[in-house]
Amino acid sequence: MQDKQLRPLSAIATGETVKLAKIDAGRGLNSQLASMGLLPNVEITVVRNSHPGPFVISVKGSKMMLGRGIAHKIMVL
Amino acid sequence: MDGKITVALAGNPNSGKTSIFNMLTGARQHVGNYPGVTVEKKTGLCNHKSCKITVVDLPGTYSLTAYSMEELVARNFLVEEKPDVVVDIVDASNIERNLYLATQLIEMNVPLVLAFNMSDIAKRKGLVFDIDQLSKLLETAIVPTVGNKGKGKAELLDAIVQTARLSRPERTHKISYGEEIETELASLKAVLSDEEPALTQKYGSEWLAIKLLEDDSDINAKVHSEKTLDSVRAGINHLRSIFGDEPSIIIADRRYGFISGACQETIKSTIESRHSASDMVDAVVTNRILGLPIFLLLMYIVFFLTFKIGDYPMGWLEWFFSWLGAAITAFWPAGVESWLKSLLVDGVIAGVGGVVAFLPNILLLFLAISILEDTGYMARAAFIMDSIMHKIGLHGKSFIPMLIGFGCSIPAIMGTRILENKRNRFTTIMVIPLMSCGARLTIYALIIPAFFPEGWRGPMLWLIYLIGIVLAVIAAKVLRLTVFRGETTPFVMELPPYRMPTLKAVCLHMWQRGWLYLKKAGTIILGISIILWAAMSYPQPSAESLAGLTKEQAQQARLAYSVIGRLGHAIEPALKPLGFDWKIGTALVGATAAKEVFISQLGIVYAVGSDEHSETLREKLQANYTPLTAFCIMLFCLISTPCIATIVTTGRETNSWGWALFQFFGLTALAYVITLIVYQLGSLIVP
Repeated sequence: MQDKQLRPLSAIATGETVKLAKIDAGRGLNSQLASMGLLPNVEITVVRNSHPGPFVISVKGSKMMLGRGIAHKIMVL
Repeated sequence: MDGKITVALAGNPNSGKTSIFNMLTGARQHVGNYPGVTVEKKTGLCNHKSCKITVVDLPGTYSLTAYSMEELVARNFLVEEKPDVVVDIVDASNIERNLYLATQLIEMNVPLVLAFNMSDIAKRKGLVFDIDQLSKLLETAIVPTVGNKGKGKAELLDAIVQTARLSRPERTHKISYGEEIETELASLKAVLSDEEPALTQKYGSEWLAIKLLEDDSDINAKVHSEKTLDSVRAGINHLRSIFGDEPSIIIADRRYGFISGACQETIKSTIESRHSASDMVDAVVTNRILGLPIFLLLMYIVFFLTFKIGDYPMGWLEWFFSWLGAAITAFWPAGVESWLKSLLVDGVIAGVGGVVAFLPNILLLFLAISILEDTGYMARAAFIMDSIMHKIGLHGKSFIPMLIGFGCSIPAIMGTRILENKRNRFTTIMVIPLMSCGARLTIYALIIPAFFPEGWRGPMLWLIYLIGIVLAVIAAKVLRLTVFRGETTPFVMELPPYRMPTLKAVCLHMWQRGWLYLKKAGTIILGISIILWAAMSYPQPSAESLAGLTKEQAQQARLAYSVIGRLGHAIEPALKPLGFDWKIGTALVGATAAKEVFISQLGIVYAVGSDEHSETLREKLQANYTPLTAFCIMLFCLISTPCIATIVTTGRETNSWGWALFQFFGLTALAYVITLIVYQLGSLIVP
């Protein structure tokens, strides 16, 4: 199996599409993100990655803004 | 069955639920609270085919977990109140994520109708739905609607009435969670039937089992027997070891899998769209360099317009109330004193009139806020604000209730519900009163034109607001470093596409907020106006002690003899270092109850002290105070507690009177100290 590096979502550049591997967060946040579609293997497109400030991503056709903290905790392939 | 139906509206935020609610109920709406909590509850009425329909607008949610108050409230309403029909409003242009809530409603086995809202946008996006097929797969009626244009109303009502009337067949297509989870669910259901009959009766064993595997805190707390909890724990551990992940995540995943499958079969996308118009607007509006200036400019425009345009109707209302006062006075022959006349003219009319006269300003401000919300700009503003908010230790989302605070602290404090983290939320609640509210605007609007020349007025108002903001920032920072110390919270927020707001929706929204403000004026302030009028008119000195005095002196004497006069004189020594006299002191005492009362109180104080009813209050103030004192009055009013209603709301939102009092005393002390410093320094600089 290809050993792809896990990267935090915060490191993904604008326009790139990645797959969610896991989220390093507590149950509350995990649940909230899950209900908005952020589940393992889901495709995430980074719409806007600007420093400083939140991310805009597109998941299942919906756009969301994420804070820096969360973007660090979402690990993607 | 004929006659009355209750319908609950559920749906994601931004799905256009409000527009469907408005479409169904028109102006027949009532805003209240869900019992025991401060989540807003909107209900409305509707008639269709000899059915009287009560529509309840549930809070917008993405899910029905126990992690947020809104979700719990929605969930409990569905279980406790058992509405005849639940309509899930789905944004058809964003369907997959929106259907997640639908799956939860299906799990709860409620009588369901799906409204595919914003179907015009979906069409424009090139989405084609096989409604019949999808309806069969979900075993639920689906009605396409365009809420803000009123399309689909009849069809939706038909579906609602039909669903209410027909008994529902048992669902055949259930969401399958996969073999492992289904096995655990089955064994849990068996345990539940034995151990928790009451709960099973109420919620259904299927749904209970799912919630327990999801580790739902609310349901966990309701379970009685240890055996059940043990089985649950064992089940969760077992699943965790199989999947390497929490069962709640797997379950969520399976729900989305189900949705994905259903959508793949029934929805076709015919247009490849790359960049939407929304994206292009965003490129400018949330630009790293342009974003903040655009935002500040928009805010300045909002406040400047409120003040300028609001002037006209304000003048008309002012004129109307003084005319009304004179007309009522005319009922009594000239020179005759009567307590009823005094009550009506000096108490009621002066009091309420002074407040209602500023309603135009308030409405305009709320109009602007409505437009910002309905276009979707508000979400971008939160985005833009996050980098700054973060430095204070607050959340980008904190910005929104703080912005609402510029209209009124009460809905603003209630709006902090959107902040999940308690520390952020409490900090925001504490500093919201420093966002100068609409009631204080009435004080500035009275004072500023009286003391400052034409060109200075806009900037002066801007300055006051700015001071409030700066103080709020500092206070928030301090609070976050001391009392509410802790980690900052995650920022997760949906970014809705820009939408053209409809005039009807904006006006309805504005009017609702304005009406809430008016109710405050109508009830509390009228009550306080009358109490204050009484406290100012009584006790009355004897006729002999007034003999030989002029009209004005007699009035002054009466006031000094009254309760308020004595109180005002009593605190005067404390207020002198701030440049205030007992008249201001009296007005401030009254203003603790509600800021609008400050003006009506001053009006009464001066009406009492003067025979000239035609002279407006502004002229009176000009004759008695310096611009520095006037500025200090505004400063003190800005920083001190807006009103008793704020304290009460804080108490309810934080669920602790301790925090409410902390806010009250903290703000009062801060106001005193800062006004003291400003006045003392100011008197040295300005002669």
